[in-house]
Amino acid sequence: MKQFGIGRVAGKRSQQISRAPSPLVAYLTPWATIVLASYLGGLPTIATTPWMPPLGFLALLAWRQLHPGLLPIWAGVPLGCIDDMVSGQPMGSAILTWSITMIALELIEFRWPWRNFLIEWAVAAGMIVAYILAAALIAHLAGGRFSLLLITPQLLLAVVVYPVVARCVARADTFRLTRFWAWG
Amino acid sequence: MAPKSKRRTGYSRRAQYSDFFSYIAGVAGVMAGLAVLLGSLTDHAEFAWARSAASDIAVPIGRLAAGTRAALGHAGETVEGYFVWGSQNAALRREVAIARVRQVQMAGMADENRRLKALLQLSQAQPRPVASAWLISSTASSARRYATLSAGRMHGVGVGMPVVSPLGLVGRVVEVGQLSARVLLLTDAESVVPVRRASDGIPAFATGRADGTLQLRLITLGVNPLHVGDSFVASGSGGLYWPGTPIAVVASLTHDGAIAQVLADPANSEMVVVQPEWNPVADGTLAPEEAPSVSGSRSGHSSGHSAKAKHRK
Repeated sequence: MKQFGIGRVAGKRSQQISRAPSPLVAYLTPWATIVLASYLGGLPTIATTPWMPPLGFLALLAWRQLHPGLLPIWAGVPLGCIDDMVSGQPMGSAILTWSITMIALELIEFRWPWRNFLIEWAVAAGMIVAYILAAALIAHLAGGRFSLLLITPQLLLAVVVYPVVARCVARADTFRLTRFWAWG
Repeated sequence: MAPKSKRRTGYSRRAQYSDFFSYIAGVAGVMAGLAVLLGSLTDHAEFAWARSAASDIAVPIGRLAAGTRAALGHAGETVEGYFVWGSQNAALRREVAIARVRQVQMAGMADENRRLKALLQLSQAQPRPVASAWLISSTASSARRYATLSAGRMHGVGVGMPVVSPLGLVGRVVEVGQLSARVLLLTDAESVVPVRRASDGIPAFATGRADGTLQLRLITLGVNPLHVGDSFVASGSGGLYWPGTPIAVVASLTHDGAIAQVLADPANSEMVVVQPEWNPVADGTLAPEEAPSVSGSRSGHSSGHSAKAKHRK
């Protein structure tokens, strides 16, 4: 079966000589996709209830699990800062929680280095639940309403959607290492 | 199986140091996040400039998304229309027949109303819209209920201005950028609107519950006089919201008030109008000379107003 989209381009290009991944694209893609995901979360609907999975956070988790070490441990600071500007959370909420997430994932990987789909999903699900609860509590401190009933749909949806986000991130990773024309 | 660890630093002193310092940077990030969070919790408006800049940048994408959303919404209605057209057509014909009769009655009442108001020398308070704009994005993943408006300072939008759709009140502007503004939706827990029952003027406060409904709290205590289906409008007390703006319909009763469904569901009202703040003192029935001094005391809200008042002079 033929591949579609970016993957197909990458496959075709890789067969040609004098091509190499662009360092700029290779470094910037993870950051750019996470920022994009943060922005995209608000666009599909003017929501009256918090139901949208935190796409920026899911993308961060997916990149971290796909390529441990690609994003530095302090990546939560700039990325969380941008997420805070668009997410409606008080400023600093995502800086704090994303930084803790990066450290927690590092420790989890250190203790349990095994990797397979289910383990990664379970770890991600734990992080997602903890993150959404923490974010709701922080929003409550800033004047929002905290109710488990209110965020349960979001929790379930986020956990279920995570593998899909991880697939999209994997596709972005193919693009990241696309071999563009190289001079010399 | 545990993967081969490529990330062990081994004996390289350089790799060990860089690993160590990245951990230090991570912990520093946590501390920085905590500091910023505490700062923004004590002063909500502290990082408004950053949020405004971020939403200004995204306005073109947001406009595109809003347009797509509107088109898709209409597509859904069109498809649905094909399935229900028969019964709906008959029902609508009946309704139109009834509405024609009502229209005549209403015209008479409107005329009577106008004459009575003229008799009382009440001015017809009709706000001139400041701007009309799209709601381009919302905080769909946060427990706070904000939306971004595609008009900002350049279009005359100011902090505190009410945002309405044809169906009723949507919220009020809380932060303004050059091209976009942030709207606190009616359903946010921080939004409190003084309302009154449309039929007899029983006063209440409508607080958001973050799930598309409002908590109505009656000001007068006693037997709960509300019924399911009662409609509430803004009372205009305290200024800000124009009196008579439709707000919500009671959906269920609680012991001290009711839960009400918001009329202007922002999900269905992408095109909205920004109104100037309702300022009771600027009412034509009261002494106009007093306006600037009194609105000056509420400087946090009505800076836009006093600026306009100066302009008029």
